[in-house]
Amino acid sequence: MEREETAKEKDMTCLEHHAYPEERFSELEKCTICRESQVSTLLSMFGERQHLGFPSIFVYGHTGTGKTYVLETLLRKLELPSAFVNCVECCTPRLLFEQILDQLHQHCPAPENEFSSYERCDSLNDFVRLFTRGILKQSLEKETFYIVLDKAEVLREMDANLLPGFLRLQELTESNTTVLFLTEIVWETFRPNTGCFEPLILYFPDYSKVELQRILSSDYPREYPAEFYSSYINILLGVFYTVCRDIKELRHLAALNFPKFCEPVIKGEAKESDSHKLWKNIEPHLKRAMQTVYLREISSSQWERIQQEDRESSQLKGLSAHAHVELPYYSKFLLIAAYLASYNPARTDKRFFLKHHGKIKKTDFLKKHEKTSNHLLGPKPFPLDRLLAILYSIVDSRVAPTANIFSQISSLVTLQLLTLVGHDDQLDGPKYKCTVSLDFIRAVARTVNFDIVRYLYDFL
Amino acid sequence: MVICNFMSKRKSKDVCLPIGECLSKVHTVLRQRIFQHQGKRFGVESQHKHLVELLRRTTIHGESNSALIIGPRGSGKSMLLQDALEDLLGIKQVKENTLQVRLNGLLQTNDKIALKEITRQLNLENVVGDRVFGSFAENLAFLLEALKTGDRKSSCPVLFMLDEFDLFAHHKNQTLLYNLFDISQSAQTPIAVIGLTCRLDVMELLEKRVKSRFSHRQIHVLNSFTFSQYLEIFQDQLSLPPAFPDHRFAEKWNENIKSLTESKMVKDVLQKQFNATKDVRSLQTLLHLALCRVNVSHPHLNPADFLEAFRIRNLDSKANMLHGLSILELCLIISMKHLLDIYEGEPFNFQMVHNEFQKFIQRKAHSLYNFEKPVVLKAFEHLHQLELIKPMEGLTLRTQKEYRLMKLLLDSSQIIEALQKYPNCPTDVKQWAMSSLN
Repeated sequence: MEREETAKEKDMTCLEHHAYPEERFSELEKCTICRESQVSTLLSMFGERQHLGFPSIFVYGHTGTGKTYVLETLLRKLELPSAFVNCVECCTPRLLFEQILDQLHQHCPAPENEFSSYERCDSLNDFVRLFTRGILKQSLEKETFYIVLDKAEVLREMDANLLPGFLRLQELTESNTTVLFLTEIVWETFRPNTGCFEPLILYFPDYSKVELQRILSSDYPREYPAEFYSSYINILLGVFYTVCRDIKELRHLAALNFPKFCEPVIKGEAKESDSHKLWKNIEPHLKRAMQTVYLREISSSQWERIQQEDRESSQLKGLSAHAHVELPYYSKFLLIAAYLASYNPARTDKRFFLKHHGKIKKTDFLKKHEKTSNHLLGPKPFPLDRLLAILYSIVDSRVAPTANIFSQISSLVTLQLLTLVGHDDQLDGPKYKCTVSLDFIRAVARTVNFDIVRYLYDFL
Repeated sequence: MVICNFMSKRKSKDVCLPIGECLSKVHTVLRQRIFQHQGKRFGVESQHKHLVELLRRTTIHGESNSALIIGPRGSGKSMLLQDALEDLLGIKQVKENTLQVRLNGLLQTNDKIALKEITRQLNLENVVGDRVFGSFAENLAFLLEALKTGDRKSSCPVLFMLDEFDLFAHHKNQTLLYNLFDISQSAQTPIAVIGLTCRLDVMELLEKRVKSRFSHRQIHVLNSFTFSQYLEIFQDQLSLPPAFPDHRFAEKWNENIKSLTESKMVKDVLQKQFNATKDVRSLQTLLHLALCRVNVSHPHLNPADFLEAFRIRNLDSKANMLHGLSILELCLIISMKHLLDIYEGEPFNFQMVHNEFQKFIQRKAHSLYNFEKPVVLKAFEHLHQLELIKPMEGLTLRTQKEYRLMKLLLDSSQIIEALQKYPNCPTDVKQWAMSSLN
């Protein structure tokens, strides 16, 4: 820590005679907690304004390690000329190019200009030409211009010339430009087949538990002392740290559950220093939060309401508890038949569904390795004929193969309860797969009084 | 460079600048050299001579030529061409009536854009105007014709430089290449077509009719230098030019670089780098990284800078990503490793991984890791998002999440290594990872 601090001071002294006042650095330092070494590395790479920057820098690290934040604050605080683009927003190259040019010219699409961009730019060729012209127009030739492409993994799926083009933009535009790629995916998966200009690769390491504690504690509510909030964060990390290290998620959970933590203090049951009592109060609550809020089973606003009304927090049914679907009678049996066809091997059909199937040797029947593997490997495709045969056998009354039955099959497909496997033939001998879970089909079977477990090969 | 020359002329020989300014100058000079490739040529003398001669014949004698410069990435193809052009433009006659057209396969992705770009670079936009042309060849012929009439004395030679030549071969019907080579074959305007590519099999990409019109002149730029020459390049790249304003500082700097070249630590680093790749560009990246560490309180490079730069360059990115995973995610990775060991590299789905993980919890560990299935699924999806696991091709989109077949994009040695480095890794998890067949 101390070493990093001195490294930063060196930068300050090194750069102080060039446009960066010292207070900006101290401000910058305050904004970027636990990222001192990254900031100083980036600063030393950027150098002074008129120095040539590295053509492209590839920054990677986990979600929520402050890649976007650090670069944004760095560029803003030092007032470096830059364009900041999110590649997910720019789904076509044209949008991407025009946004960069807009930011270069400090042009903002607004009602006055009918939300038009500064210039029309369709291809990389035009972009390079217009960009070079723009640099001259804004008289930025002497300075490094930074283009930051956030979520750069999307670039891979866009035109093939885009990524190599941006990697060597400095050479193509013959200007002092640095392109920064921000992503959470490693560089190896980006490299095109025929190679490209290799960027400088920079890693933003994950926050350790201590650092997480420090960052999360830094935004404590002002009405409570810092140590109080810090002890709360400590408990929170104790529950969630093994599962989640994403700082955004943790911060959200911390904000959400803090009122519950304070409750005993407000009620006067415990004092702020009474850490054991507070821990006993919050811990089961946090464990429940992991199963509900963390999975977005119930929404954050619902969770807050529960806390306020002081209800038992597991009362409310989550999203996944509403999985029950009301279906017509034959559709239910069709679905059951499809489930049986998907999860039972075809050679066992005779034993399950034929009345007089003769004798089958038990040893022959129970192959060990096949057992339980069906619910492990997932559903297998089956032909339409087999589905209908099972349907006729499990429905007690006579079922006529009317158009209704067939249309119900195809509507089950559109409901995504079944899927069509292989699209080669729509009419003649299509194959299906059943894509519902065991719990779901059990619930359906219960409504028609059908004991499905008895017919499943895995549970014999 | 220009600034430095100017400065040295104006000021007397013994200028002594404050150290901050000196270092700023050092950065300016060396960064320019590294990123704009202004260093010396190395081991390409014969190629250089060949290329200059070729271009001379086009520009002075009006002979049409075509050639390909082939070499791996970062071997100095563009630099070779740039050097040759600079030599050529020193001749007055050439400088006056030679036109250059630079195309890049990355920018001109189809022939229409390429033709527009040619028009623009030849300054003929107003001549072509809104005229409609029947064919591509007609348009190109018109452009070159316009040049001929523009210059009264004789026809004006044009140099076409095609960077990323192999990408031009992917254009439809290779019309541009066909027409360029066709003009260079038939006696019309003298043109030289110089292609730069990194593909050795570029000839196979050309159509038969295009191939037959190409002169089959190939200039290979291979990194054919030895380690001692590599050290020379190292020294040359970092030394300050004699035009540097503060002589005393420059002398000291150069001396330091010289001593660095002889130091064993630096040599070791360079040897490692040399064994990995011989290309100069990755050496330059290394030098740049080391150079970044130079500042006022640390004005001279030392061997530790190079060690550090080499370390940064050679971090294993996947290991880095593994380091940041949560324990649950790490446990899933270990389950996958076990599955791969048991089923010999067969793909797996979430259900199998979860099953394996359950086995671990029930048998080995205490209930500390007893997470609900949806929580585990969330961790599994995070691994997918990080592209540490990848779905198998085909029909995966329509099946349920749990049954999608996946493969692991990690090596088991990588996993073991990451486990060793993992901060506060629980011992039982470590033990479980080691016992491969349980």
